[in-house]
Amino acid sequence: MGAAALQVAPDGRLRHLLTTEGLPAATIRHILDTADQFVSVSEREVKKVPLLRGKSIFNVFFENSTRTRTTFEIAAKRLSADVINLNVGFSSTNKGETLLDTVYNLQAMDADMFVVRHAQSGAANLIARHVRPGVAVVNAGDGRHQHPTQGLLDMYTIRHYKKDFSGLSVAIVGDVLHSRVARSQIHALKTLGVPDLRVVGPATLLPAAVERLGTRVFHDMVEGIRGCDVVIMLRLQNERMNGALLPSAGEFFKCYGLTAEKLAHAKPDAIVMHPGPMNRGVEIDSPVADGRQSVILPQVTFGIAVRMAVMSMLGSPA
Amino acid sequence: MKTEIRGARVVDPAANRDEAASIFVADGRIAAVGRAPDGFRADETIEAAGLVACPGLVDLSARLREPGFEYKATLESEMAAAVAGGVTTLACPPDTDPPLDEPGLVEMLTRRAAGLNGARVHPLGALTTGLKGERLAEMAELAEAGCVGFFQGSAALPDNATLLQAMRYAATFGYTVWLRPQDPALAAGGVAHEGEVATRLGLAPIPVIAETVAVRTILELMQATGARVHLARLSAGAAVELVAQAKARGAPLTCDVSVHHLHLCDRDIADFDSNANLAPPLRDPSDRERLRRALAEGVIDAVCSDHTPVDDDAKLVPFGEAEPGATALELLLPLVLQWGRECGLALPATLAVATVHPARVLGVAAGSLAAGVPADICLFDPKRPWVVKPAALASQGKNTPFMGLELTGRVVRTLVAGRTVHAVREAAQEKVAQ
Repeated sequence: MGAAALQVAPDGRLRHLLTTEGLPAATIRHILDTADQFVSVSEREVKKVPLLRGKSIFNVFFENSTRTRTTFEIAAKRLSADVINLNVGFSSTNKGETLLDTVYNLQAMDADMFVVRHAQSGAANLIARHVRPGVAVVNAGDGRHQHPTQGLLDMYTIRHYKKDFSGLSVAIVGDVLHSRVARSQIHALKTLGVPDLRVVGPATLLPAAVERLGTRVFHDMVEGIRGCDVVIMLRLQNERMNGALLPSAGEFFKCYGLTAEKLAHAKPDAIVMHPGPMNRGVEIDSPVADGRQSVILPQVTFGIAVRMAVMSMLGSPA
Repeated sequence: MKTEIRGARVVDPAANRDEAASIFVADGRIAAVGRAPDGFRADETIEAAGLVACPGLVDLSARLREPGFEYKATLESEMAAAVAGGVTTLACPPDTDPPLDEPGLVEMLTRRAAGLNGARVHPLGALTTGLKGERLAEMAELAEAGCVGFFQGSAALPDNATLLQAMRYAATFGYTVWLRPQDPALAAGGVAHEGEVATRLGLAPIPVIAETVAVRTILELMQATGARVHLARLSAGAAVELVAQAKARGAPLTCDVSVHHLHLCDRDIADFDSNANLAPPLRDPSDRERLRRALAEGVIDAVCSDHTPVDDDAKLVPFGEAEPGATALELLLPLVLQWGRECGLALPATLAVATVHPARVLGVAAGSLAAGVPADICLFDPKRPWVVKPAALASQGKNTPFMGLELTGRVVRTLVAGRTVHAVREAAQEKVAQ
């Protein structure tokens, strides 16, 4: 069974969320439409709905990330689920327990859903193959592979501002090579019908054959974002800034950092996105990050609603 | 003891023989094929109508996992797997724990193996002590203990200076240096072929140039040292081209390909199937095509199983953490037959790549049915379908990317030195009943 069949049941119901690749357009739209309803929940006085009351959701983070874990925690709590956070990266696997043993142990505590982050690509798929039927797995980032809820919240954001995907030019800029976010975005954008999808960066930060995923490759930033409706900046990890891939953060900013001057080559109403956390002055200039075209903070808000949508769809009875 | 194998289709690639004939075995050796020698009285007759009789297969790489990895496989289990796969001669890599870097270890292994009365085991000695790439292993001592070549396995050599000296030293004695061509720095951290699949799955890539740069370096050092080299496990079409050019120049070079790389490519990783985590990595379909053709053309000398029993615990982990390797001794024959069929090769040409050609690489008298050679014979049913499942495998290793697939061609009986060391009872009876 491929990942597509693993995460979507034959009747179209979502069983797990592992990857945006192969996720049907109708499912993506359903998630975004569901998220629409939850945006209003977040604006209410009492920010809770009882959809997942009595359900236990385990946030199992084999790789530490306070921010992502928190967004899942908030989303789960707004759905009235019980949330248990585990930073496994600092406990059992260091004691020699295997990934699946950890999962089986937690499953024995009657988990209904696992939200998993792991440094290895494919870890969430592996877990999804081995959990009991009825237990759902949400991939919260696996290696360089996928971060599907981030990809979906980006789709929500783009739809919110641009309404329709069918005429859009979208540029993804920076460290595509190591980015699970970029991979999630690329598949979702293609599925939703974006006709002009570009990746922009130096050859050292673009993965092999990335054009076969339906993207056009640009090494020149201005050419890459010229006429774009959406400019997505990726985070550059600190450890990649000085070494064999890049000479310095300063040179990266000079060539690929998003400044107002460069942004002027995109469409006047282009939106600027970033999955966070940002490195100001490395991939993005502060005036742009805080400027009128930036939708970086709305992304965070929408992120809660999209994660609520995914979890509610996974946690509700078939 | 005299045995007659009657009624089989005898395929002896070394003699380009393919005909219905009887094989006469006396005192562990082939006495004749075709007409019985004068006065031959068989003590035992094996009815083999409908079966193919060919030389026992010669496998250039089968990990038996002893010493040190008995939890993955034992000599008993893997020697049984070898003869169940029709393999009667095999070379085992030195990457055991401890590695085969001293004569005592090699002698113990060959003695234990000989005691099991199965396939003939030819160890490859470690090229460097502990495979650490620091100090040369005692090659002369190891050769005396029975090593047929010296191999660094998948362990990296730290630099070209070490490789140069190892080749120079081996050349002094005329030993063959076995090398898996992979530049360690270019492959560092990688787990899958650099291409669309690795990009899609976010797997750290191993580029083709990791192999071609290593091959070019080895070819240069061969010219400088005169060393004879066997390149183990080619994976890339571009490396095949380099080998073809070097062979055309007359370089003392041989090479092999694993049976996995003849049939699979990076797409078979599918959804992170860790059974497809192999070393070298499965590459592009175009690489696979080039490998298949090169084996048919003789640019690649031999196919091997690259049998590597891996325990479930080492595979039930994320792809990038999985131990590379797959069980393959018992899949070798049907997969070679499939390759031959798909390439439109006659049976002698098909079986040559797993019998006489690898025997030549090893420099051992095996892989033929010529009168006077040890009677190592594989009898197989070329039409018999079987499904790869754990229970169908004698090997302790149960992980293979071919799990669940139906293959055609099953070994029915294996003889080593004229003695039956493996027989599938029900199939033999089926044959008798017909």
